[in-house]
Amino acid sequence: MAPVLPSAAVAPPSTVAQRRSRTGYVLLFPGMTWLAVFFAIPFVTLFVTSLQTPVPGKSGRYQLGLEFGNYATALAEYWPAFVRSFAYAGIATLLALIIGYPLAYFIAFRSGRWRGLMLVLVIAPSFASFLLRTYAWKTILADESPVTSFFNALHLLPDGRILNTSIAVIAGLTYNFLPFMVLPLYAALERIDPRLIEAANDLYASPVTAFRKITWPLSMPGVVAGTLLTFIPAAGDYINAELLGSTKDRMVGNAIQTNFIEFRDYPTASALSFALMAAILILVFTYIRRAGTEDLV
Amino acid sequence: MRWLRRNLVSIIGILVLVYLFIPISVVTALSFNKPAGKFNISWNELSFDAWTNLCGVPGVCSSFVTSLEIGLVSTLVATLLGTMIAFALVRYRFRGRSTTNLIIFLPMATPEVVMGSSLLALFLNLRFPLGTVTVAIAHIMFIISFVVVTVKARLQGLDPRLEEAARDLYASPRATFRYVTFPLVLPGIIGAALLGFSLSFDDFIISFFNAGTLVTFPIYIWGAAQRGIPPQVNALATLVFVIALLIVLTSQFIQYRRRKALAAN
Repeated sequence: MAPVLPSAAVAPPSTVAQRRSRTGYVLLFPGMTWLAVFFAIPFVTLFVTSLQTPVPGKSGRYQLGLEFGNYATALAEYWPAFVRSFAYAGIATLLALIIGYPLAYFIAFRSGRWRGLMLVLVIAPSFASFLLRTYAWKTILADESPVTSFFNALHLLPDGRILNTSIAVIAGLTYNFLPFMVLPLYAALERIDPRLIEAANDLYASPVTAFRKITWPLSMPGVVAGTLLTFIPAAGDYINAELLGSTKDRMVGNAIQTNFIEFRDYPTASALSFALMAAILILVFTYIRRAGTEDLV
Repeated sequence: MRWLRRNLVSIIGILVLVYLFIPISVVTALSFNKPAGKFNISWNELSFDAWTNLCGVPGVCSSFVTSLEIGLVSTLVATLLGTMIAFALVRYRFRGRSTTNLIIFLPMATPEVVMGSSLLALFLNLRFPLGTVTVAIAHIMFIISFVVVTVKARLQGLDPRLEEAARDLYASPRATFRYVTFPLVLPGIIGAALLGFSLSFDDFIISFFNAGTLVTFPIYIWGAAQRGIPPQVNALATLVFVIALLIVLTSQFIQYRRRKALAAN
């Protein structure tokens, strides 16, 4: 996935009368059918597959079943990977928020006529291969690299290294999904009327108070959208764990991939995949409810 | 000191932008490297071999072409289907709007590994052979939503007075669409197509699940990561990056000039 540029200033309100005619359904039909057949129905097949049982005597063949025990077995074996996925993605999302917010703020309020160019620069890294950019962190975080030596000089690294530890995986996730954080943040900040912040300053609010009482609350829709758009792909990612981590840092995505493609244990892989989706949906809905913004779409 | 405090946000902002480009500079630098061993991860010796002999390593260019082909076909189909949906959403009333919106939003909020594995579960149960067709089907599926969102934003941003003017001047609905609406929406459609192509071309996870023995460019890189990525891959990725950046910068520049010209009138 690559980030979507926020649609710039929607000036004239769309007042074109919506027509009710058969044409609407004709326009919807092909695309929605495609999504129904290749996006919605596969979830049903995934669930059905997750309950299948092996055909006795034929390895790699499975038959219809209602084996809910597949979930228990899969989770018993892979729960640490599940925990890691959510922990790594959570930390990476927080880090991306911390470093993404100043960038979004800078583009929205301080970049003047360079704004368009700055936005291009935020999405530009996604034009270079995701895999190669991730692989490049192997060079940057290598054991004798300046970055590692710097943190070692400060005695900040428990293992004395970054590569092949969970730190490298989290660093990779933070880097890769940062644009997904910056763009929604920017879209929300850009909509804030700068006069509101000026008014706060005029009324002798300190910059910190003005930020805490005006800017931050008004940027909340961007914070919610940004954290979701960063957290969801990060929790499902396994490229960073595979390329930058050790076998002790594997995430649930790694387990789904190995079980599906290498072990051909389809029920276990499907159970893991379905459980991941369910966990993410539950988390997202509780989060949106608590953040109080239901109109994200 | 006061200067520093006033510009702190800008300084951090620019540093974060620089950070976004660090790995790309590594990728580019290593395309001019002559790796010491199998793995091209540390600097050894300046060499232009990768650039003068881009297809010198078997598999690199064929996988690159495979990705180009799949990208073109998926982008074409997804842009057509997605644009039609966007027009329906903005211009027509129909029943089931909220369900439609949800089905369009969900693919963007689903982790790739879930989409890839559930589609694979479908193909396995149907005993559908994996390859170019299944990868293209998957790409079209996940690109459609991005096209809908991009084209929809453009359509909603149109000034309705332009179409009203056309109608007032007795243009038929067809002529209004042909000469006013479509040309105005076209930049949005082109933007959506470029985005769709870059998503398809760079996709690894969904492709890997549904590729069978097919090797796309990202799948080639994934395989090569275990035994050493040849510098040719870095050169090709740098090339793609530069071309994409040039396309986007040119379009930004044209928009900037047009806005300036409009302001001058």
